[in-house]
Amino acid sequence: MRSSALIILGSILFINVTPAVSMEQTQTSIDVLRAELTAIRSDYESRIAALEQRLVATEQKLQQTDKAGAAAAEPTIAAAEIETVRKGNRSAVGENVFNPAIGVIFQGSAWDYRKGPANGVPGFPLGGEAGAIDEGLAIGETEIDISANVDDKFSAWLTLPVVIEDGESKIEIEEAWIETQALPAGLSARIGRMFSGIGYLNSKHAHSWDFADQPLAYQALLGDQYLDDGVQLRWLAPTDLYIELGGEIMRGGRYPAGGADDSGFGARTLFARSGGDIGDSSSWLAGISYLNAGSEGREMGDEDDPIAFNGNSNMLIAELVWKWAPRGNWKDKNFVFQSEYIWRKEKGHMLLPDGRDLAFDAAQQGWYAQAVYQPVPRWRVGARFDLLSADNPGLAFAGTELDPMGKTPKRFSLMADWSNSEFSRLRFQYTRDESGLVSDDQWGVQYIFSIGAHGAHSF
Amino acid sequence: MIRSIILSSLLLSVPLVAEAKLTIFACEPEWAALAEEIAQGQVKAFSATSAHQDPHYIQARPSLIAKVRRADLVVCSGAQLEIGWLPALLNKANNPKVKPGSDAYIETSALVQRLDIPDSIDRSKGDVHPQGNPHVQTNPHNITLIAKVLAEKMIALDAKQADVYRQGLASFMQRWTAAIQNWEQRGAVLKGKRIITHHKSWVYLQDWLGLIEVATMEPVPGIPPTAGHLAGLISKFGNGGADLILRTPYQDGKASAWLSERSGIRAIALPFTVGGTDMATDLFSLFDETINILLGEKP
Repeated sequence: MRSSALIILGSILFINVTPAVSMEQTQTSIDVLRAELTAIRSDYESRIAALEQRLVATEQKLQQTDKAGAAAAEPTIAAAEIETVRKGNRSAVGENVFNPAIGVIFQGSAWDYRKGPANGVPGFPLGGEAGAIDEGLAIGETEIDISANVDDKFSAWLTLPVVIEDGESKIEIEEAWIETQALPAGLSARIGRMFSGIGYLNSKHAHSWDFADQPLAYQALLGDQYLDDGVQLRWLAPTDLYIELGGEIMRGGRYPAGGADDSGFGARTLFARSGGDIGDSSSWLAGISYLNAGSEGREMGDEDDPIAFNGNSNMLIAELVWKWAPRGNWKDKNFVFQSEYIWRKEKGHMLLPDGRDLAFDAAQQGWYAQAVYQPVPRWRVGARFDLLSADNPGLAFAGTELDPMGKTPKRFSLMADWSNSEFSRLRFQYTRDESGLVSDDQWGVQYIFSIGAHGAHSF
Repeated sequence: MIRSIILSSLLLSVPLVAEAKLTIFACEPEWAALAEEIAQGQVKAFSATSAHQDPHYIQARPSLIAKVRRADLVVCSGAQLEIGWLPALLNKANNPKVKPGSDAYIETSALVQRLDIPDSIDRSKGDVHPQGNPHVQTNPHNITLIAKVLAEKMIALDAKQADVYRQGLASFMQRWTAAIQNWEQRGAVLKGKRIITHHKSWVYLQDWLGLIEVATMEPVPGIPPTAGHLAGLISKFGNGGADLILRTPYQDGKASAWLSERSGIRAIALPFTVGGTDMATDLFSLFDETINILLGEKP
C-alpha cells in the first residue's frame, strides 16, 4: 500500500516538474507545488495510518476468533472429513452405481430313458426349440438376466441363455425388450424380442416351470414357446375385476410362424385375461388367446430332412389357473391347478423331404392339466396329464411325419421338488411317455439355482 | 319422462362424485389402518395382505394388480419385504402415478431409524434385507413418525379433504401419544425379558420395550425351523434361559408349541398387525392386545 502511494506521489512530481517556465513563475509554482505536496503527503499519511490501524484490528480479530472457535472448529472439520469420505465413496463407486440388476440361473439334469429319447410325435413334426431333454448328465440353459430402468419412461430386460448345441457353447438373445413405464390410461407397450403374451405358460421362463419340460401341447404346437421380434401393447381395465387386453405384431421369424412372412410382419396375436379372488384362500386367472401367422418355408420335423410349410396358421389357446393357500398364506401350504387347451389350423402347402409339394389343410389340438401341491414348506409334489390329437391330413401324407397314424399321443408325469430357499430347487420327475410310436418311461433329476438379482414372479 | 331421466341420471351421478375419494393401496394392514385413522373414516384403504399372511410370500394375484391399477397412493413397508410380489404388481398395473420414486409411493421403513442393517450381504445368511429389518410397525413411535408423512402425502394428493386429514392427524396424534404413555407404563415390567422368536419379526418391539432376543427358531432368516435347531434351543435355553417364545399369527404354531412343551417357556402369538387377533381391530387395540398378551393378562 505504502509503495503504491509513493509511486503515485512520484508520478505527480514528475508530471508537474518537467515543463520549463520563467523563474518567477517557477518560484510561485514551486510554492504551490510544495503546498500541494504537503497536502497530498498528509492526506496519504493519514490514509495509510488508517489502513494500518484497520489491518491491526483485523489481525487481532482473527486471532480472537481462532482462539474462541477452536472447539467449534473441530466438528466442522469432522463434518468436512465425512463429506470428503462420502465424496470419496461416490467416486470410488463411480460409473457402476447405475449397474443393472444381474441374475444368473443354473439349470441341469440327469435324465434316463428306458428306450431312448422319443423319435418324434406322429402327426406333429416338432419345430422351434421343442425336443426331448438330453439323455444322461447335461447342463441345460444357463440363463443370464439383466434388467434396469432406462429412464423415467422406459425399462429394459435382457435374457441371454448360454446353450450347448452340438457340443459348442453359444450365447443367444432370448429376450431383449424395452417396456414403457409411464403410458397413461392403463396402457403399456413393449418392443424388441420377447415371449409372446399368448397362453399362460408361453411367457414363463424355463426356470419357473413346474416340470422339467413343457406340456406336449406347447412342444408340439408352439415349439416349446413362441418367442419373436415385435411390438406388444397391453391395456388393463380400471375395474376391480382384473381385465387385461393385449395384442402383438411380430416378425414371424420363429415357430409356429416362420420365414418372416409379409415382409417381416408375419404374425399377429390378440389375448384377453381376467382374474380375481374367491374368498381369502382362492384366486383364479382365465384367458383366451389368438395367433395368426403366415409362414414361408417354416421348417419342422427331422432336422436333417425337414418339412417346409408355406401357408397360414390360426391358433386359439384357452387357459385356466386356480391357486389356493389356507387364508392366502402361501408360505406353508399351497395348491395350484392349471390347464390349457390349444387348437391350431394350418392351411397351405407342405414341401416334403421327398420333394413332393402337397396342399395341406388340417387342424391339430392338444391340452394338458396339472396340479402342484406344497404340503409343507420347501416340498412340492405334482402331477400332469398331456394329450394331443391331429386331423388326418389325407392319404398323400401317409407315412410322413404329418401322419397321425391313428394315435392320440399322450403323456403322464409326476414330480416332487425340494427348495431350500426361493433360489434353489432340486426336482425329481417320472414320465410315462406314450407320445411316440414306442411308449417309454423316463426318470430324471433336475436342478435350478439362481444367484444375484431375481425378479418377482408373476401369478 | 325426460325430466325423470335427467333427475335419475343426476341422482346416479352423485355416488360417482362421491367415488372421487382417495384410493389407497396398502401392502400391510397396519398402513391401511393408519390411513383410515388420518382420514377419519372418510377413506377406505385397501390392504393387499392380511395378518394371517406372511407378507414376504404373496402371489402377485390378478385382484391385487387391478387394485394397484386404480390406486392414488401406495403405502408399503419396503426394505425388500414385498420384493417377491410388489414389483410384479407395479409392473403389470400400468399405473405410473404410484411407481417407486413417485410422490404417491411410500416406503414406511424408510421414514424411521431402521434396525438390523446387515454388515455383509450374502444369501448364505438366509433371507437378508440389505436395507434393514422391514417390520417397523411393532414400535408405536415409528407409527408416530410415519403418520405425519402419510398425512402430508394424503393432503398433497387430495387437497379438498386437507382439513379432514389435518384434523384426523391431530386427533390421532393426541390419542396415540396418550396411548403410548399408557403402554409404556404397563410394559415397563417387560424390560429385560429374554425372548425366542420364530423369525426376526420383533426387533422394533424389542427396541421399544427393552426385550432381549436370545435366539430365533429359524436357523437363518427365511429357512423354516428344523428339528435339530429346535433341539439345540432346548438344551441352551431350557432351564429358564428365556422367558417367552414369540410368533406372528401367520407363522406356523407347531414349532413354538413343540419348543414350549419341551422347554417350559411360555409360547405366545402376538397380533403383529391389525387383524392379528379378534380384538386387534385397529392400531390402538393392536398395541393393547400386544401388551396384554405379553403381560400374560390374556392367554
